[in-house]
Amino acid sequence: METIQADVAIIGAGGAGLRAAIALAASGAELKIALVSKVYPMRSHTCAAEGGAAGVIKADDSLDHHFNDTVGGGDWLCDQDAVDYLVQEAPRELLQLEHWGCPWSREPDGSVAVRPFGGMKKQRTWFAADKSGFHILHTLFQTSLRYPTIERFDEYYATDLIVDDGRCWGFTAIEMRSGRMRRFEAPAVIIAGGGAGRMFPFTTNGAIKTGDGMALAYRAGVPLKDMEFVQYHPTGLPSTGTLLTEACRGEGGVLLNRHGRRFLQDYGMGPETPLGKPVLKTMELGPRDRVSQAFWHEQKKGNAVSTQWGDAMLLDMRHLGEKKIDERLPLVRDMSISYMGVDPVKDPVPVRPVVHYMMGGIHTDIRAATPLAGLYAAGECACVSINGANRLGSNSLTELLVFGRRAALSAVEYLFAGRAARNETALEALAEAAQERIRALFQRTGGTESVAGLRKEMMQTMEQHAGIYRSGEGLAEACTRLAGLRRRYAGIELHDKTNVYNTDLIQVLELGSMLDCAEAVAASAAARRESRGAHQRLDFAERDDANFLRHSLAYYGAADAPRIGYLDVVITRSQPGVRDYSGNHE
Amino acid sequence: MSERRVELEVLRYNPETDREPRFQRYSIRCPEEWVVLDALNHVKETADPTLSYRWSCHMAVCGSCGMMIDGEPKLACKSFLRDYPGVIRIEPLAHFPIERDLVTVIDDFMAKLARVKPYLIPKQERALGEGEYRQTPAELKKFKQYTLCINCMLCYAACPEYGLIPKFIGPAAISLAHRYNQDSRDGGRREREEEIAAAEGVWECSFAGACSEVCPEHVDPASALQQVKIASTVDWYKEHLMPWLKK
Amino acid sequence: MAEEVSRRPYQREVPRVRWFLRHPRYVRYMFREVTCLFIGAYTLVLVAGLGALSQGPAAYQGFLESLASPASILFHVLALGFAAYHSVTWFNLTPKALPLQVGEGFVPDGVIAGAHYAGWGLLSLALLALAGAF
Repeated sequence: METIQADVAIIGAGGAGLRAAIALAASGAELKIALVSKVYPMRSHTCAAEGGAAGVIKADDSLDHHFNDTVGGGDWLCDQDAVDYLVQEAPRELLQLEHWGCPWSREPDGSVAVRPFGGMKKQRTWFAADKSGFHILHTLFQTSLRYPTIERFDEYYATDLIVDDGRCWGFTAIEMRSGRMRRFEAPAVIIAGGGAGRMFPFTTNGAIKTGDGMALAYRAGVPLKDMEFVQYHPTGLPSTGTLLTEACRGEGGVLLNRHGRRFLQDYGMGPETPLGKPVLKTMELGPRDRVSQAFWHEQKKGNAVSTQWGDAMLLDMRHLGEKKIDERLPLVRDMSISYMGVDPVKDPVPVRPVVHYMMGGIHTDIRAATPLAGLYAAGECACVSINGANRLGSNSLTELLVFGRRAALSAVEYLFAGRAARNETALEALAEAAQERIRALFQRTGGTESVAGLRKEMMQTMEQHAGIYRSGEGLAEACTRLAGLRRRYAGIELHDKTNVYNTDLIQVLELGSMLDCAEAVAASAAARRESRGAHQRLDFAERDDANFLRHSLAYYGAADAPRIGYLDVVITRSQPGVRDYSGNHE
Repeated sequence: MSERRVELEVLRYNPETDREPRFQRYSIRCPEEWVVLDALNHVKETADPTLSYRWSCHMAVCGSCGMMIDGEPKLACKSFLRDYPGVIRIEPLAHFPIERDLVTVIDDFMAKLARVKPYLIPKQERALGEGEYRQTPAELKKFKQYTLCINCMLCYAACPEYGLIPKFIGPAAISLAHRYNQDSRDGGRREREEEIAAAEGVWECSFAGACSEVCPEHVDPASALQQVKIASTVDWYKEHLMPWLKK
Repeated sequence: MAEEVSRRPYQREVPRVRWFLRHPRYVRYMFREVTCLFIGAYTLVLVAGLGALSQGPAAYQGFLESLASPASILFHVLALGFAAYHSVTWFNLTPKALPLQVGEGFVPDGVIAGAHYAGWGLLSLALLALAGAF
């Protein structure tokens, strides 16, 4: 098997992966960097993020405010030392992007502009019209092109980590264009493979968000943390699931039920604020979990709007005016017209909560290090945790930059701490074993299952039993069904047994990743007998700090169900309080 | 939800089994409001899992799903079935080698993108501690539209020059260079000129304008290329007729 | 799993002469480009006229008579049509090459193209006046 050697190998070339690569290349340490991704970098899902990235720059704002908003928004499940690190590094990282050419939107005087965002007390979301993620990704990708030490391996699908003697030594990956397996040998590996929203049927996530990075670490023995916390973004298009940014509400858009009522005021987020004059942290600028949950209740009461794609609520932006919409929300207008046939300038747009982000992921510490020596993780695939039980909008893009860089720094420290002795025979054997696993897949005959069929059942299971509101009974059912799906997965036969750009193979492997991640979600959710942030249970409706002010850790069980453990949350100065998004908070 | 029977005529190619590409017909029932990408996904899920193509975001921002639909370069996620009443002919993006089915080899494009130095080369270095480069909304507007390129390569598929003269650097790459040239923070135009003003750079362009016609993001690459032509010409004259102006 | 390379990217041929027949927009483009042949031919006619002029009044008279022939008139009508088409398409494209930014907006395309048409009109009038048409 051909071996590619590098000092650091990065899996995933989205915002976090690219930021890590640049940090490594610019570190002055003369490192050989392999940037490995199953898609070309510009296709990474970072490109779909719209609203912006949070970082304190206004005079009336403070790191403390950003800290408190984040910790409260996360329902106190955030590790507060990590949040401190995030809010502290944020402004510098966003400024660094500006220095790299990112076209941030500006104030008339030429300084960087910020906009209001959900759950944030002050305006601190830097934005580039409503394509912030797109511009961040392209700025990072284009900047990465100036570093010849970053060698890119585009369209390589990583299949297995190579772990020996308690350390990570690299991974095997399929070169998609030829079907050949390659071994990436690197003493330090950074996983930045993104989330796994595609395990749900309605999601803002693109096709590639299948949790492969998470599954790689998970199967190698690294626990997945807080997987039960899945964020529903309140305003996805009912037809495609794609995202209408929170900035719609930040700029003053409002949410109505079928009676034309701004119903959020009935769910602790009132009183109703004047039209077009949103007040931070209340009503439509409440946090995503609360807004999505409010919709769920309205749906139960029969107040939802009926569309051909199911129930929805109305996002009314007419009062913003055409000029403001074209200037600040051009993509939103284009998408509404193209995919819903509705022009937000003239009519309210039907929207509904759709799965958007996974707060959980590969367990890492504040230095982006996993418990496995030599393995780091950053971005949505990781869980530090800075998002806790619910992420505030615009914290994720910031997280990519801060922890992408942090993972790089940690990798450099690890490399310079001295290298352990490599057992070449063992590593080769492990790589061969990984190749055997794939070969077996090609050789299997008499298969009875289809990728699409199993995938659909998985999605239905997750939507039905692990959605916005869950119950013990439902989650137990989900665990059983997912275990069954995993067993049936072993019986899949490839329809396409050729080698060149075999997408049947890739989809089978991606399904495997999703099933593993889904089991972690369901098992963690079943074990958490409380409601907190985005994890809401009908049978345990209250938050239980005494028993559950802790992170869930799901350990891979191969043929068995995941084993669930717990880890205390790091609390420094913010004691768990009440999340108050009514207009009455200070 | 109203449905319709859709006939897709898709160009297939598997180097391991085919000497050359061949068309394959699929017939499926689809909801009216679907896009071509939805139809392809439906084919892959229910009829033929071996069909290979690229896609991801389904919102025309990742640039993955470019292909020829009825002979026109389009994004499959933004091609509405309602606009194609007859049999829909789907082929891989023109002017690129076919790897497999609808997947093309885009190495040439990626190399050209990197050649034009598509990153900020600051006019004046600025430490992070000094804050951001000031840039007024008007200065941002000057280059904004050229930042919108999603690298979908529809322009390369449409460009007749690129089709006939593959060494042409092409619309998207040159537009990206222009994007940085127009950025008030940037001072790297001279450095980029070597690649851009070369024979296979902008001078290969004959202003057919096809690139701008097919661009899904309204970047208008043709305008960027003409502006680059004028700028390099002015530069050339300044350099040769007024050498005392050398900075 | 393949150990030997199975890739064989397939290059689709672009017909070197008939490529423009593949799409209406290419036909329109070639039509525009072909106008240069007529404009080039017309400049040759002008050069021939200058040559005739330099050879004296008799030669020049002969030249003028040949211009009045049916073939010549047909050629001139066609050439005028193509030249006008060339100018119109050219003027309409000038805003792309010469964007004029005013604050956060741009001068409308119509103004820039319009300025070219106006210049063309004025120059034409001036030439006609010089030639004694008024």
